[in-house]
Amino acid sequence: MKKEYTTIGKPEIRVDGREKVSGAALYTEDIEYGPDLLYAEIVESPYAHALIKNIDTSEAEKYPEVLTVVTGKDFPYRFGLYMKDRFIFAQDRVRFIGEQVAAVVARSPQVAKRAAKLVKVEYEELPKVLNEMDALKDDAYIIHEDLENYTHVPWFFPKPKTNVAHWRKTRRGDVRKGFEEADYVLEDSYYVPRYVHCAIEYHAAVAKYDKGGRLTVWASSQSPHTQRHLFAEALAPLGIRHNDVRVIAPHVGGGFGSKAGVTMEIMAAAIATKVQGHTVKLMWSREREFYNTYQRLGVTSKLKIGVKNDGRITAIDHQLFWDAGAYVEYGANVVNAVGLSAIGPYKVDNVSIDSVCVYTNLPPGGAYRGFGYSEFLFGLESHMTRIAKHLGIDEIEIRKINGIKEGDLTAYGAKMNPNGLHESIEEVKKAIEWDKEYKPSDENKVIGRGFSLLWKAPAMPPNASSSCFLKFNEDASINILVSGMDIGQGYLTVMAQIASEILSVPVSKIRTENPDTDRNPYEWQTVASHVSWSCGNAVRLAAIDARNQIFDLIVRTKYLPKDSLYLEDEKVKSTQNPNFELALKNFVIDGIMMGDGTFKGGPILGRGVFMPEFSSTKADPDTSQGGHPNVHYTVGAGAVILEVDKQTGKIKILKVAEAIDAGQVLNASLAKGQVAGGLLQGLATVLYEDIRYDKNGKLLNPNFTDYKIPTAKDIPDEIISILVEVPQPDGPFGARGIGEQTMLPAAPMVANAVEDALGVRIKSMPVTAEKVLLEYLKKK
Amino acid sequence: MQKISIKLNGEVRYVYVEPNEVLLDVLRDKLGAKSPKSGCERGDCGACAVLLNGKSVRSCLILAIEVDGQEIDTLEGLSQGGLTPLQESFIRHNSFQCGFCAPGMTISATELLKNNPHPTRDEIKEAIAGNLCRCTGYESIIEAIEEISKK
Repeated sequence: MKKEYTTIGKPEIRVDGREKVSGAALYTEDIEYGPDLLYAEIVESPYAHALIKNIDTSEAEKYPEVLTVVTGKDFPYRFGLYMKDRFIFAQDRVRFIGEQVAAVVARSPQVAKRAAKLVKVEYEELPKVLNEMDALKDDAYIIHEDLENYTHVPWFFPKPKTNVAHWRKTRRGDVRKGFEEADYVLEDSYYVPRYVHCAIEYHAAVAKYDKGGRLTVWASSQSPHTQRHLFAEALAPLGIRHNDVRVIAPHVGGGFGSKAGVTMEIMAAAIATKVQGHTVKLMWSREREFYNTYQRLGVTSKLKIGVKNDGRITAIDHQLFWDAGAYVEYGANVVNAVGLSAIGPYKVDNVSIDSVCVYTNLPPGGAYRGFGYSEFLFGLESHMTRIAKHLGIDEIEIRKINGIKEGDLTAYGAKMNPNGLHESIEEVKKAIEWDKEYKPSDENKVIGRGFSLLWKAPAMPPNASSSCFLKFNEDASINILVSGMDIGQGYLTVMAQIASEILSVPVSKIRTENPDTDRNPYEWQTVASHVSWSCGNAVRLAAIDARNQIFDLIVRTKYLPKDSLYLEDEKVKSTQNPNFELALKNFVIDGIMMGDGTFKGGPILGRGVFMPEFSSTKADPDTSQGGHPNVHYTVGAGAVILEVDKQTGKIKILKVAEAIDAGQVLNASLAKGQVAGGLLQGLATVLYEDIRYDKNGKLLNPNFTDYKIPTAKDIPDEIISILVEVPQPDGPFGARGIGEQTMLPAAPMVANAVEDALGVRIKSMPVTAEKVLLEYLKKK
Repeated sequence: MQKISIKLNGEVRYVYVEPNEVLLDVLRDKLGAKSPKSGCERGDCGACAVLLNGKSVRSCLILAIEVDGQEIDTLEGLSQGGLTPLQESFIRHNSFQCGFCAPGMTISATELLKNNPHPTRDEIKEAIAGNLCRCTGYESIIEAIEEISKK
């Protein structure tokens, strides 16, 4: 029987709702930094690949109200999250159009911009490599000659003297035998281009290096502690230590992965060290937001699946070649994650995955909601539907036949966690009314229905951890100090709910705010859809710690047995003595007075730390067998009913159903919000967003006029969100993350539905009206 | 620099502006109204929406000098006497996630409800179609406006 909770699972109002709706919420650029504020403007590379022969900053330096001009020479320090392959400013070589070469610091943004145009940079162009398949050719120009000297995490395998930054190989069973046993083998290629996050708030970073040697950075960030760590690491030669760096993270106007790790923020931090005593602001524009943060990686995939006539998969061989861009310090881990998981939520005994991270002269690839899973699921879930059609099996049925269950082995050989994949399939099938005859709105339109499964694990180092301090106040209100970021998902609210459930203090009396690394304890990053799970555990443990302190004090002062004590309505009560009750506010700060007038106790201060101690990336590099790199997978299913116009190719989404196994829903309203928002972001990648580069590697559509994200008029007519709950044994109250997963089924289910409607199979994203119509006309 | 006056959220304010300064920057940097946000600098996203003499405009596309002597209302002004029923509805529906589009979205929805107190779902979508939100899928925002429209 399911446990009844006071607040867990309830549609509580966001703790930051009033602040955001009233306009009180301050984002990085809304904070006043005083009249001494300086502004930095970046000088960018106009070439995709070139040597820097000379930089002449003299004219810019002479410009009135310019304080200084910095270049790569000022900061010969490498940085990077998983692989240190970047410099803060380009040194002797630029590797993508828009790469930062220098920065001008001035009294006003206008002056900084004008003076930046006066910095003269001489380049010598080098051959450029603009796509992953060209970069893999034997005679391809090598983009990183020093690859063998780069420091990286031990689970990366770069191939020096090539453009391969990392190659994740996973092998299990006998793939050759598996294909021999197959009655049918489908082999094909898919292509998924790059995408851009399009958070509405730009990146922004403001930094001050004061004369006392303290570096403070305000940044729109998903990763305050990771930023502090990378700033301290990169700037260590200047004598800066971790405890000298303070990152303050105000509200974030959307992240989706773009504000994870470190991108432009490190420039602000470095520049500040050259104008010691002043505060300096670096603001990105919409254009730069497109080409100089991270982009989602593009990928060419080759997929081969063998099946028996009854639909059972006998083998999967999935090869993925990623266009990871000029620097892969974060993006290589996307490639790694996919290399471990590209069999999807299926039980497969014979597996071969090659996930290859390829340097190109395009902007750096990095984290983007879904972390590679949207990309490989497009091909994989297209393939499953195509195979089902070939065999004459219903496309839902083939997924049920092969769908993974608890205890089945994952590609890397560890056991699959408890999960509600099969429940999700049934729920979606029912909600979408799969067998119903939908009628098109007129004779030029055709109805299509499509299905897709989803799965995703957090991709994180095995020692990524979360921590929490929980402080009681005199009135028994609580401040929770954590360092995850509320990037909109509602993290702060569910942290308050977790503490509330344990301590019986209502959510309205608990304040959780975005962090300041001086005040709040360590959190790895708000990425990977792991923070509700990981930091939720830390908060839960902190609340239990506080409750223990409370009970111990009652034992010491009221002589009641500890196991008789419980908390209810902000009071301590005892099952042994129904007359006993003591309000928390009477003692959580002041302690409890004894008969002789002395006090016992003192401020109740809970501490919680969570690290997934079972996780390990130690495995055989040739097979990936032996470790436990992923803590768990979140699974689900989605289906769509759409209508295609045969005359224009235009697609209208009539109805979508999506089920996600949240383990335990922490907040029903916020979870539903993730489904609606994630689905639309996924649908946008398949229907609207269409990135274009020219032959020089220049991004042609870095704005919302030419790169279309959906408006309110583009939403599906009906969205049915279903939250399945098969508890995660090590999750707070059984919860696991769902934030990224919500967008995963969108692209394949649309491609599947288009084929269902018109009989044409689109194998490259996006599935635009133009592409659909051209294919349809070709077929006719 | 030229001195102009703007009746900002009901209060007459005087400010010196350059002829090429856009209204958004003047509101934020010189007059302290931080609710309008910059999200595209070209009128695509609606995050900078304010009311100019009661009509919603994109403050990134207007020069400050053009609004000399006119009335501007931002989110700060809408909630001077406490939050409006629309804002309370947004809170109840957990309408926003990151919240960055909320000020502009609220300006557009406020204008809609003033001119058309009982809009249909399609009219609501039309009215906020110029305000981009990347987080919510718009559903929770539309629901909150719908609730007010039925009152």
